[in-house]
Amino acid sequence: MKPFKKIDAQDIAVLRTFVPEDRFFVEDQIHPDYSHDEMMIYGKQEPEVVIQIRNAEEASKVMKYASEHNIPVTPRGAGTGLCGGCVPLHGGIVLNTSLMNRILEIDPDTMTITVEPGVLLMEVQEAVKNAGFLYAPDPGEKSATVGGNVMTNAGGMRAVRYGVTRDYVRGIQVVTPTGEILELGGKVAKNSSGYSLLHLMVGSEGTLGLVTRITMKIMPSPKKMTSLLIPFETLSAALKTVPEIMKLPEVATTIEFMEKEVLDDAQEYLGKEFPNRNYPAYLIVSYSGNSQAHIESMLDTACNTAVKCGALDVFLSDTQERQEAIWNARGAFLEAIKNSTTEMDECDVVLNIDKVAEFVDYTRECSDKYNVRIRSFGHAGDGNLHVYVCKDGLDDETWNHVVHEVMDGFYVKAKELNGQVSGEHGIGHAKKKYLEESVGEAQMNLMRSIKRVFDPQGILNPGKIVD
Amino acid sequence: MRIIVCVKQVPDTQKVQVDPVTGVLIRNGIDTKMNPYDLYALETALRIKEKTDAEIHVISMGPDAAKAVLVESMAMGADEAWLLSDRRFAGADVLATSFTLAQGIKAIGDVDLILCGKQTTDGDTAQVGPAIGEVLNMPHVSWVRKLIDADDKGLVVQQEMMDSVADVRLNYPCLLTVEKGIFEPGLPSYLKMKEARKKEIHVLNLDKCECKDTKRYGLSGSPTQVEKIFEPVYDLQSVRLEGSTEDNAKALFDKLVELKVAGGK
Repeated sequence: MKPFKKIDAQDIAVLRTFVPEDRFFVEDQIHPDYSHDEMMIYGKQEPEVVIQIRNAEEASKVMKYASEHNIPVTPRGAGTGLCGGCVPLHGGIVLNTSLMNRILEIDPDTMTITVEPGVLLMEVQEAVKNAGFLYAPDPGEKSATVGGNVMTNAGGMRAVRYGVTRDYVRGIQVVTPTGEILELGGKVAKNSSGYSLLHLMVGSEGTLGLVTRITMKIMPSPKKMTSLLIPFETLSAALKTVPEIMKLPEVATTIEFMEKEVLDDAQEYLGKEFPNRNYPAYLIVSYSGNSQAHIESMLDTACNTAVKCGALDVFLSDTQERQEAIWNARGAFLEAIKNSTTEMDECDVVLNIDKVAEFVDYTRECSDKYNVRIRSFGHAGDGNLHVYVCKDGLDDETWNHVVHEVMDGFYVKAKELNGQVSGEHGIGHAKKKYLEESVGEAQMNLMRSIKRVFDPQGILNPGKIVD
Repeated sequence: MRIIVCVKQVPDTQKVQVDPVTGVLIRNGIDTKMNPYDLYALETALRIKEKTDAEIHVISMGPDAAKAVLVESMAMGADEAWLLSDRRFAGADVLATSFTLAQGIKAIGDVDLILCGKQTTDGDTAQVGPAIGEVLNMPHVSWVRKLIDADDKGLVVQQEMMDSVADVRLNYPCLLTVEKGIFEPGLPSYLKMKEARKKEIHVLNLDKCECKDTKRYGLSGSPTQVEKIFEPVYDLQSVRLEGSTEDNAKALFDKLVELKVAGGK
């Protein structure tokens, strides 16, 4: 592939004309944050130009110019990714969508919301809630943009019952690497009209197109949600209970697992106690419904099942204050672990739900073998784990050796258990090696071919997912 | 050692609604819950129980439906529950309420420590706790934000006042009203809840109180009268500025001057 063009004064002079001056940044006007996402461990790279776009037409002009001049372009939302997806590995232009932050429409007749990609997840959830509905996906990072959610097919805690972001995307407007503006899908509820380019785009991490408008499904909001906090003697016992809860006739909204050590980190980070905090391991199981009686029957069945599986008690979280006490702690886990150590690496594998316990046991073996602190929590109900290897006091050389050995081991183990590399964080550039090892050459070749069809020059978000 | 915790059932809503015609709080059709501040009082009792051999009794004044918060208290770890319920208690103000609760506490007897939430989220007076202490002629400390020490003789607590903080040593019997956040309240156990539903709740009416003078209870024992209840007016307006940074900054400044938030020339 042809080497990318370094941006020169003439390029800057042209690119400047596409947007007003206050949305164009070069050299020391570029904020250092543009060189990384949330995981600085995967390296940094500064862009040459940052452009804040307001609409598809501006994006199209930039893409056309970049395509004509072979300049790499990296899309960026809020920069909350965890695998380096928005890092401009080859410099060039960063297209920031965070000013495209308007909620365009909530349409109760088709039960959809249409937004620009820079709207934050928390803003979508709030707006839909205020309109009396529910936007069901609930990824942990609420300050991520919806564009980022769509591009990584973000999952989150309610995936057990409601599925992931992909299941809610009805239509998108995208700008292709050559600058064409496409409308994929729409507000329609089903679609068998040829290959789904829409679903190729969802989860493509900005390697196939730049999303500029999104229409998503919303749904009636259940009136009540109650959670059960279920303590166990061991995490293994907790995780073995999950398939039994999944078999019950009523589907739980959320099934999360956590251990005391992570809770201690969260308590320290938030400066706030967790209720009923002295047990080794927990499940949080939530049910939603429209009447107290309905929810209580679900709780009763879940409670009996948990006790049969060895739960030490079953605690009820049924008011807003109680829900906040639990969920604020759960929401702070990632930041809390980050805060507890000097550096960390993370793994977001997804496994069959009956294999989660085995994988967690394996992480413990690694922790003992390599003498390194490993923390995990995650979505027990959909098999998606978040495992963090913490550097703490290790020297750089030991750390680099240990973290690679441990991570390599995790992905080998995940493959052995028929799991997948990423449940919801994506591949970016950090997990490419593991993706190749996991899916094999034939699938990688198909992915590379798809990339070439959309982006023959490879200028859009180069170095991510495939090379 | 015996600890008595006062709890109240309140509307489970962030926004209290008032009937525009009668000016009375709308309670029908709204879910109820335990007054959030009382959860802190109960948790404080449970933490003291961890250090001593205390038994915890909860008491509430209200209609039969208020048994729900007593069952919940037992599911959180209280040992016994008492309901003060009598038509003659209805319409009580702060004075009559605290008098009635004090009568209930006397009926339970042998109390070492009384714990109340700082206030309720519906009445909001924060007076009932201290008033119970006065009726019982018992030392009391309000706004307790920290339990420093507890043994079977007494307590050391930290009291937060408007402009100062005091560490106070009290001997039993005494009464505390506790602040939000003194401890994180535990959750009710679903398993204990099932047992608690089968357990007896001791019901006390006026006839079981030491003072039989009906003029001390309910509406007739209430010298204060609520003339009017009204909803506070919320006035949140949003202005969206669209334009260049300079224009927006100027427009924002002009708006702040207009609203007298920022000074003019």
